Amino acid sequence: MKAVLQVQNLSVDFETQRGRLQALRDVSFSIDAGEIVGVVGESGCGKSTLIASLMRLLADNAILRSGSALLQDKDLLQISQRDMQALRGRDISVVFQDPMTALNPVISIGQQMIDIQHREQISKAEKRKRVINILEKVGIPDPASRLNAYPHEFSGGMRQRVCIAMALMMRPKLLIADEPTTALDATLEVQVLRLLQELQSEIGCSILFISHHLGVIAELCSKVIVMYAGEVVEYGPVSQIFRSPSHPYTRKLLECDPGRIKERSHVLPSIPGELPDLTQPPPGCIFRLRCDLATEKCLKQIPEAQAVSTDHWAKCHYAESAQ
Amino acid sequence: MGLYFLQRFALALSILFIAVSALYAIMVMLPGDPTSVLLGPRATEEMRANYALQMGLNDPVIVQILNFWGRIINGDLGQDVLRNRPVSEPVLQALPYTAALIAAAIIWSATLGILLGALSAAKRNTAFDRITGILSVAFIAAPSFVVALWSLLVFAVLLRWFPAIGAGEPGNLPDQLYHLILPGFAIGLSWVGYIARIVRASMLEVMSENHIRTASAFGIPRYRIIYIYALRVAVLPAVTVLGVGVGGLLSSAVFAEIVFARPGIGKLIYESVTSRNYPVVMGCMLVSIGFFLTCTLIADFINALLDPRLRSKK
Repeated sequence: MKAVLQVQNLSVDFETQRGRLQALRDVSFSIDAGEIVGVVGESGCGKSTLIASLMRLLADNAILRSGSALLQDKDLLQISQRDMQALRGRDISVVFQDPMTALNPVISIGQQMIDIQHREQISKAEKRKRVINILEKVGIPDPASRLNAYPHEFSGGMRQRVCIAMALMMRPKLLIADEPTTALDATLEVQVLRLLQELQSEIGCSILFISHHLGVIAELCSKVIVMYAGEVVEYGPVSQIFRSPSHPYTRKLLECDPGRIKERSHVLPSIPGELPDLTQPPPGCIFRLRCDLATEKCLKQIPEAQAVSTDHWAKCHYAESAQ
Repeated sequence: MGLYFLQRFALALSILFIAVSALYAIMVMLPGDPTSVLLGPRATEEMRANYALQMGLNDPVIVQILNFWGRIINGDLGQDVLRNRPVSEPVLQALPYTAALIAAAIIWSATLGILLGALSAAKRNTAFDRITGILSVAFIAAPSFVVALWSLLVFAVLLRWFPAIGAGEPGNLPDQLYHLILPGFAIGLSWVGYIARIVRASMLEVMSENHIRTASAFGIPRYRIIYIYALRVAVLPAVTVLGVGVGGLLSSAVFAEIVFARPGIGKLIYESVTSRNYPVVMGCMLVSIGFFLTCTLIADFINALLDPRLRSKK
């Protein structure tokens, strides 16, 4: 299958007062057409930087050190801001985490959604019709009468539906979903995920789904990217990674998933240690300091991606033996 | 929306009542005997006592205040005893001139200030932003009577671009507008600085909010994001400050009206205070406080137009 998005050797630094912070290092992965790929990792692992890089919405102090991100045949990291502007919201779109603050509070949702279509050469009536149509699809009751409503007149779940409608209205090739359900309660979470799944299969777009929730990833995604401290440490099909994780970090992460804890315990499991200081990454393997399997080799040599099976690799010297 | 306004209106009325009552009390307690001013140095003790009785000056302050309000409710602002005419006459004559002056000042300073503030925020840390910042602070620091005197000197006396004094021929609108330019410029200048600073700060805050990121991610053009998506939110505090700032503008108007010899409330207050013409001073106070409160109500109204969240607030 042809890849919709192909990210290769993406490295991004931030110029900070303490020095250069290496937020993303050598990130590579690809997403096929119609595929949902999950991204997991603890806070600070570079998920947000990854999204911002792909959308070209990085802060001013960010420096793109290397890499390419091909959306079909266009390199998102190299094309002009003008060309990028043409792609945003049309070929590549985002659903953000917090629906309560993601929408402009003083512009009606109808107007905001008509504005997104500013590149289309169609009449305003047609734009309106398109807005009503997509709002109906995301389950907003009586959408025609809601066009003049403002975001504060919707509940959190409804707002996230509106956000999804906005993101998918132009039928993008790639949707980035940045923890779209984290701010919602459990029942709403299920509804919103269903909705995303339905619309995805209808539109046929690919989704890069970022989440803390391993259960959601397991259910929704076909592949998963495990990130740690700005690196992709493991990448592969969801079924394989969840059943037999190859990177020690993935294994520890899975052990911490509350859904997998079988015995009653007073203490929730966690991974001992802290994220390394990314202004001065430690030599060798980035996970070495928190890893039980670390050896001399891990200090001396940065692990390359080791193929575990087709489309499944891990950046660990002991990836295969660790199984 | 209706309830919101009813609330605001009730609040404005109670402020009006308290403020004017307090002012009346302060005025009465000022040193200086109004009867001697009014009746002249040759008045006898008997005449003065008689007059004080007529004016109700012997009553307790509270009673005087209540009587005063009683008259106002009947549309009577009192009698200008110096010139023997109802107070409402000079006050209502002067009010439109001051209102026009303040409106002119607000319109030009808000337009320019919002524009400069938005542009500075959009071009943050560029030479334009720095120069605007320095100029804004300079504008804020310049007292309006100094600006009034200098602009009179430079633009009216030296360059002769604008008329120096007066408010223009009555009934001749272009002439009156022409006469508004210099005084409006003088009292509006510091507000350009204020508004530019407020809008810049508020724009920078809004530009870092999540919904701006969303708008960028959906490919909405940058100019539209800055001038509509962000500015509509960022301008709200500036509108409120302007509404309250009418109080400051009213006091600047006193200087401007004296410097440019314009009729107006400010000049009337000045003349009445110096001649201890209490009824006219009170009338002016009442009208200016009413005017001020009306302006804050208008500011609330504009904010509600701009911000739907205020409209639906209970």
